[in-house]
Amino acid sequence: MQTRVSRLTLLAFLGPAVAALLAVGIVPLLYAAWKSLHDFNLTRLAQQRFVGLDNYAAVLTDASFWAALGRTALLFGIAVPVQVALGLLIALTLHRPGLSAFKALTRLSLVLPMATTYAVVGLLAQVMLNQKYGVVNQMLGWIGIDAINFIGDPTNAFVAVVLWDIWQWTPFVALILLAGLSTVPPEIEEAARLETKSDRAILRHVQLPYLVPSLVAILILRTADTLKLFDMPFTMTRGGPGSATEFIAILIERTGNRQFDIGLAAAQSILMLALTILLARLYIRVFYREV
Amino acid sequence: MAATDMAPGRSRWGEGLLLAAIALFCVFPFYWMVTTSLKTQVVALADPPVWWFTPTLANYAEVLFEDRVGVALVNSLIVAVFTTALAVALGCPAAYALARFEFRGKRDLWFWFITNRFVSPVVLAFPVFLISREVGLRDTHLALILMYLTFCLPIVIWICTDQFRSVPRELDEAALLEGASQWRIFRSIALPLAMPGVAVSAILSFIFAWNELLFAYILAPNRAKTAPAMAVTFMEGYDVPFGKIMATSTLIVIPVLIFALLASRHLVRGLTMGAVK
Repeated sequence: MQTRVSRLTLLAFLGPAVAALLAVGIVPLLYAAWKSLHDFNLTRLAQQRFVGLDNYAAVLTDASFWAALGRTALLFGIAVPVQVALGLLIALTLHRPGLSAFKALTRLSLVLPMATTYAVVGLLAQVMLNQKYGVVNQMLGWIGIDAINFIGDPTNAFVAVVLWDIWQWTPFVALILLAGLSTVPPEIEEAARLETKSDRAILRHVQLPYLVPSLVAILILRTADTLKLFDMPFTMTRGGPGSATEFIAILIERTGNRQFDIGLAAAQSILMLALTILLARLYIRVFYREV
Repeated sequence: MAATDMAPGRSRWGEGLLLAAIALFCVFPFYWMVTTSLKTQVVALADPPVWWFTPTLANYAEVLFEDRVGVALVNSLIVAVFTTALAVALGCPAAYALARFEFRGKRDLWFWFITNRFVSPVVLAFPVFLISREVGLRDTHLALILMYLTFCLPIVIWICTDQFRSVPRELDEAALLEGASQWRIFRSIALPLAMPGVAVSAILSFIFAWNELLFAYILAPNRAKTAPAMAVTFMEGYDVPFGKIMATSTLIVIPVLIFALLASRHLVRGLTMGAVK
C-alpha cells in the first residue's frame, strides 16, 4: 500500500520538479503557440501582426513541409527494418551460450555508438564517406566498387544518412531485443530445444511472442527519435544537397534560424508536437498501463 | 542452459567471427576518428587514405589553444555538471513521491513526465531563443542548463522512481513509528539505499547534456558555446580541416564513452525510459 501524505509534504517533494518542468517545458510551448498565430519574421520585427491560422494554412499547403515529413518517414521505413533484422541477428548470437567473455566484450562495444555525440557521428560521416579521402570508398575500392560521391549527390546523401542511422542505432535495437530474449523462461526454451534443433522454429514459436514488447518499444522509440533527428544529418549535410536530407527537424531549424520566419517555424513546431504527443500517448498506452 | 547442441569446431569459429565482425562494426569509426586526429592535414588528405603514418598531436594543440575548443569543452563541462546536479536535486524528491505517496493526478503527472522523452528540442528552441533575449539569458550557461532540464529531469525521475520502488518499505514504516518525518525518511533511509539508481541517472543525464547540439547551436553562439556546437563551425569554409575536426570530436567523445562504458548495463534502460529493464 502506498502512503497518503499531507498536501504540504507532497508539494515539498514534487513542487520544485514540476515548477521547473513547467517553466522550461510548457511556457515556451505556450509562447510558440501564440507566436504561431503571428506574422513574425526576425528580419522585420516592427511589422509583427496577428494573422490567425494563416501560418498553419501556409505550412499545410507547403510542399517542402510534406516533402520533409515524407523524407523522414522514408528514412524510418528503410532504416528501422534493417536495424531490426541486423539487431535480431546480433541479439540471437549474443543470446546463445558459450564464448561468454568474448560476448561480454561485444556487448560492451555495442554500447558505444548510441552514446556517441550525435553531432560527432555526422562529422565522422563527412570524414569517412568523403569521395576522395574517405576510408569507406577505399574499402569499396578493395571489392571493386568505384568511389561514390556520398555527400555531394542527393540520392547518395540520403543513402548515407540511412547507413549512418543504421550504424548508430542497430546496436541499440540489438540490446533491446537481447533484453527481450532474456525474458523467455529458460525452462521453456530448454524444453523446446529438446523438441527441435531448428533455431528458426524456436525463434518463431518460442521466442517471438516474448519479443513483441521489445519490438513495439523499438517501433515507437525509433519513430520519436527519427522525428527528432537533427544533429547527425545537420553536421553531415546541413540538409542538402538541395533538400535531399532535409528531415522535419532540419526544416524547422532552417525556417526559424536561416529564414528567420519564427511565426512559420512555430506553426511547424506545433504541428510536429501534435504528431509527437499522439505517438507518446500510444507509447504510454502500450507500456505504462500498470502505473 | 541449452548448450547441448553446440556443434564443436566450425560453427564455434563462425560464431566467433560473427562476434568479431559485430564488435569491429561498432568500434571501427572510433578507430578512424582517433587515427585521423593524429594525422597532419597533408596525411589526412592522402588519396587513397593511409593506415600507417607518423602520429602527431599538433591537431590537439591547435584546437585546444588556438581554436578555443578548450574553452568550449569547459563550457560543456559547466553546463553538463550543473544540469546534472540540478536534475538530481529536483528529480530525486519527485521520484520518491511518485514511488511512495498516493495522490490524485499521479497518473497524469507521470504521463506528462514521460511525454518529455518525445518532444523535439527544435519545438522549444525558437520560443526559448526569443524568451532568453527578453530576460537577458541569451548566450549564457544558465539558459542551456535550464533547457537541458527538459530531458535530464525526466530521466532522473524515471530511473530513480524505479529505484525507490525497490527500497524495502518496512524500513520507512519502522521509522514512521519512531516519529520521523517523510523528509527525514527520504534523506536518511531511502536516498542512501537508492544511491546506485541516482548514480546511473546522473551519468545518463551527464551524457545527454554533454551530447546536446540544437539548443547550444541556437541559444549559445559565442561566450557559452559548447564543444559540439564548436565542432560544427569547423565545417563552415572551403578547406575542411579533417584532422582538427577529428581531434575535436575525439575530445568530445572520450568522456561520454567512458561514462557509457561505466553505465553500460543501464544505457538502454535510460534511452528507452524504462521500457526495457
